[in-house]
Formats: sequence, C-alpha cells, structure tokens
Amino acid sequence: MDLHELEAIAEREQTQRVRLRILCCAAAGCQASGSLELKRRLETVLTAAGRLAEVDVIPVGCMGLCGHGPLVRLEPSGEMFERVTPADAEEIVAALDGGSCQVPRCDRNHPFFTRQLPIVLRHCGQINPERIEDYIAAGGYRTLYHVIHEMTPSEVINAITRSGLRGRGGAGYPTGLKWATVAKSPGERKFVICNADEGDPGAFMDRSVLESDPHLVLEGMAIAAYAVGAEQGFIYVRGEYPLAIDRLQKAIVQARRLGLLGAQIFESGFNFRTDIRVGAGAFVCGEETALIASIEGRRGQPRPRPPYPAESGLWGMPTLINNVETFANITAILEKGPEWFASIGTEKSKGTKVFALTGKIRNTGLIEVPMGITLREIVTEIGGGTPDGTPVKAVQTGGPSGGCIPASLFDTPVDYESLAAVGSIMGSGGMVVMDEHTNMVDVARFYMEFCKDESCGKCIPCRVGTVQLFNMLTRLRNGQGSGNDLIEIEALCELMRETSLCGLGQSAPNPVLSTLHYFRHEYERLIGAEVEHGS
Amino acid sequence: MTTPATKADVDRSARPAGDNRRKILEATMKRFQYQGDALIEVLHKAQELYGFLSPELLNEVAERLRLPPSRVYGVATFYHFFSLAPQGEHSCTVCLGTACYVRGAALLLRELEALSGVKAGHTSADGHFSLLTARCIGACGIAPAAVLDGEVIGHADRSDLTARIRALLGREE
Repeated sequence: MDLHELEAIAEREQTQRVRLRILCCAAAGCQASGSLELKRRLETVLTAAGRLAEVDVIPVGCMGLCGHGPLVRLEPSGEMFERVTPADAEEIVAALDGGSCQVPRCDRNHPFFTRQLPIVLRHCGQINPERIEDYIAAGGYRTLYHVIHEMTPSEVINAITRSGLRGRGGAGYPTGLKWATVAKSPGERKFVICNADEGDPGAFMDRSVLESDPHLVLEGMAIAAYAVGAEQGFIYVRGEYPLAIDRLQKAIVQARRLGLLGAQIFESGFNFRTDIRVGAGAFVCGEETALIASIEGRRGQPRPRPPYPAESGLWGMPTLINNVETFANITAILEKGPEWFASIGTEKSKGTKVFALTGKIRNTGLIEVPMGITLREIVTEIGGGTPDGTPVKAVQTGGPSGGCIPASLFDTPVDYESLAAVGSIMGSGGMVVMDEHTNMVDVARFYMEFCKDESCGKCIPCRVGTVQLFNMLTRLRNGQGSGNDLIEIEALCELMRETSLCGLGQSAPNPVLSTLHYFRHEYERLIGAEVEHGS
Repeated sequence: MTTPATKADVDRSARPAGDNRRKILEATMKRFQYQGDALIEVLHKAQELYGFLSPELLNEVAERLRLPPSRVYGVATFYHFFSLAPQGEHSCTVCLGTACYVRGAALLLRELEALSGVKAGHTSADGHFSLLTARCIGACGIAPAAVLDGEVIGHADRSDLTARIRALLGREE
C-alpha cells in the first residue's frame, strides 16, 4: 500500500457513491430503539419501488441525539428525522424526492447542533464504521502516511506538545510530555495501550467513538507507536460493549489486510500490530497500573507509582497509555497543525471535549464542545433544560471521582482548572443533569455504594473507608444520624483522600464532599429527622 | 452475581455427545501459546462456552496454563463479569448507571423484584429466571435501560418490559 493506492481507493469510493443516500444510525443507542429493523424496512421499500440502485441505505455511527433515536439523515438535502419507526419507512423514502413526510424532523439550527465543534466526532454519523473504504474516502490514513514518510518521531512529539493536548481520560496530563517520556525511556520493547475501559457510570463517549469511527482511534494509536518507538499495541475495552468490540475487531482485520497495520506499514520499516483485550467488569481497571495488571492476566489491582508506566509498564517495559478520545484527536492535530488546535479552547485547556449529556435533560446524547464553554450553555442551550421544565439543581461531572456543581455556579467555564476549583473534575466526559427532585444525599450514597463495590481491596483506607462512609450515609438517609456524623464524614473523607493508594480511593470522597459543601442543608435536614422512604 | 447451582442447572449445562466445547477452549489456549498472561481471555472464552465457570473448569484452566489454582480462582472472583454459578434460562439485567439511576432505575428494579419474586443478583429456585444489575451498559441516552436475554431495551420504565417478563414467567395479568 502506498499513497497512490490509498488515493485510488478514496477516488473509487467517491465515483461509485450514488447521489441519494439515507444514513441510518446503527450505534448501540439507536439499535436498542429499533434502528436495524428500520434499516431493513427502508431497504424493502426501496426494493419494492425498484430504486435500490439509485438510493443507498447506509448504517452509520452516532448522530448525537441518542435520546430521540432512531435517527435518520438524508443526503444531499441534510434533512434529519428523529424517533423514526419502521412504519415510517415509506414516508422517509418519499421525503427523498421532496414528498410529504409527517415524521418529526430534527431542527438542525438548534444550538444542540450549531454550538458543537466536532473534531473527535467529525466522522460520527457520516461514515459506515464497518467499511475501511468509507474512512479512507473521508481522508483516513493519509496522516499516518505523512507521519511515517515525512516526519521524525521527535517532530511528531513536538507537534503534539505544541498543540497543548491533555489527556482526555480525566486527569489532564499533557499528552506530548507523556509521549516524550516513553520515547526516551530505555527498553528493548515498548507498548502503546488505548484505555477504553470506560467505567464511569453515565458516560458513553468512548463507546460511541469506537462504534462510530474505530479507524480514527487505530490511526492515532499507530502514529503514537511510531512516535514513541513501540511495535505492539493493546486496546483494553469494557466487556459491556460488545458492538464496540465487534467493530474494532473488524477494523483491525481490514486495516491489516490493506497493510495499514502490521508489518512494514506503507512499505516502510515501521511495524505496528494491535490486539484487543476485553475487560471483565472492574471499574478500578481504568487506573493505569491496574489496567496493566489486567492485560497481564492478573487481578486488576493498582501498584504505587513511581515508577510510572511510561518508564516501567506492561511486562516492565516503557508503556504509553492514553484514552480513546486522546488518540482520536491525534490525526486532526497533525493534519491541520498544532497551532490550529491550540487556537481552540482556553489558555490551559486546548481543543474540544466530548461529553455524554444525560439525566434530567431534554436533549440527551453525545456532544463535542470547545473547552471554555460554560456549563450553562451546555445545560440550557445545548441540552434544552429539563424535559418537564423543573429547575435544574446541579450537574455531576467526573462520575464517582467527580463532584456535583450547583446551578448557581453554571457560569463556570468547562476546563480542567475551573472544574477542579469548584470541587469537581473534568473526568472522562460523563455529565449527568439533576433536577430539583433529586435528593443529593441519595446521590452521594449512590456513588459511595459504587466505590465500595468497586474498591479492589488492596489498601485499607479505600477498602474500609468506602464501607464506613456508605454506612454513615445510609444511617443519615434513614434518619438515624446525629450532629457528629457530618464532622466524622468529613474527617474520613480527608483521610481517604490523603492515604489511599490510587485514584479510586483518593477521589471516592469527592461526590460526598461536594454535596456536603453545596447542599449541606439537605444533610442537616436529615439529622435526627424522619425521612420518607423510596422518594 | 453468584447464585447457588440447582440440579436443573447442572443438567442443562451437561450436553450429550458431540460436545466440542473442550476442543474450542483448548484451541483458544493454544492460540495464546498456553501463556499465563492470557488467563482472562481464556476465562472469557470458557464462560462464553459453558455459561459459567465451575470449579472443575477453573482447575482445568489452571492446569493447562500451568498456574496455581489460587491465582485462577482469584482472578475469576475479582472480576464482576465472571460467574461461578449457572444463570437462569432467561435473564433480565437492569442498568444502575448514574443516568439510569436519576431516571428511576431503582424503582424499576424494585418493581421487577416484586413481579418475579427474585431478588436482584439472584436466580429463581427453578433456574428459570435471573434478575441482575449492571454498573452501566453505556446506553445512557435511552435511560433507564435494561437488557432482556441479550436485547437492550431503552426507556424501560415506559416499555413493555414488565409484560414481557410476566409472559416469560408464565404469569397472567
């Protein structure tokens, strides 16, 4: 495979493309709403009308507005329909020619669409994720070619550093710095790991990217491997994501067949093969040393750092671990230049962030927004507020490691530092909206129950602390608390933060502390008071 | 997620002649060159083939991969995905992720517990039905979500989920 052959594939795709296309969302959310049956029905209708040759029905990845699925978009008109049922197939086909169609349309001028800036999600909902040719036609694998043939590894690292990209898994470590550390660490072999163990409940960004555009992640990984000097990669995916695993597997096979992964990529001396490792359901495996232990076939228990995986990771070798979304940013940065990327976002947080907007919100779904946008813009404009107009009380970011930000602070810009300053974290991108009916003590207890179950049991502060906190919160909720409880809870939270071994234990108190800080009256109301059960 | 095995389950998991599951498992281990590192991959395959990981199966894997049985048992019990007891013929998993929780998944679960008479995480005594919970299945856009025999059901609170489970259990309205 060389550049000419790559361009020949793209050209063939363009010329063979029929004018009329029906794009039908086939990501997990819309599939659960019946999009596969709808696609079959559309094909039946087209066959009956003898139009199968002039209209293509294409299964695509996530179109974003998951709560209103199944979604369908027509090309070239760009019209988009929501909540489409198989029975609507005739009308959708009629709409191709401008016929009457009563199926609800999505307003493409709504802030949900206009306020977004898709970089990571630029192909989502546009291409068929199961065909590498679609990705190549959209410009795919060109960046990898240019990197291998025209850039040195240090030039690649330099570009990533200048872009200001920070890790999208949540902690926000500068990506270029991490790559540089792995590149200069001595080791007979090096590894690249893609962390797709998206365990944060309420988050589905990585799942959507893998289901909608798997090659984008593979290309980013291959470029990273070239930059740090690795020849082997692993993608650690949650076992709960069968569709993502399936599409990733297909993508790897297709790329290998075309010589875009494997030995002598683009007829160069660069080799890179990558394998999938399926997680077995342990939240702690999102922590990098636990993830490495899991790939090595052991219990997913973290170990103290340093040494960091960049120096001593998988099988003791220098290992680069980045999140799905981080890898998905790489090709765009190298294609359009680090300065372009650095011009987006805020001073310290560059680029965009993908969020899974869920909970009590009208427009549930997947969004990508520039860093620095305010929470209010996301919740009110993009999300459209709560479905029944009940006032929003708080938004939760960062899952079990994050916090609840009250509505009074919704002018906070979304960047790593600002979210930390208000007691939460950027996290991987889960954003759960809560309305006035949500009981914040219950929310804190919910997260603590999660952390209690997910604690790996290795260090005592986390193993015992999460159980104690959960019991105290349960007592409080049941009206059996006393005035001392809040002081004890705070002291225990502090202890866990300071002394736990890994991020899970250190950040487990965050949901409790942030709700105690902003919604203390809800806790105080419970002390010594009777409460209704099951509210 | 562990439930005690019933006789019906054991009978069901035993297949007549022509059972090539051992062969498939052996091929998987061979593909990984019997490396201990491949333990989780091998356990995934074993559970896919047998439905759950019995003590005999775990011992066999330990032997083939030349690992101490304690290590294999330790890994199998560490991860939620692995089940050491058989599951019901039919199963319903209610997602308890944050988005589902905020949208009333706990109420839905209580309703299903009452309907089936099976407590969350357990299997009915006749081995017919398991009621399970999940941390998050990533279907937050259509919360609350549930999985009935492998099929994801969105907006489960206003779907026909309860009617379908009632039908599975052979109960009339």
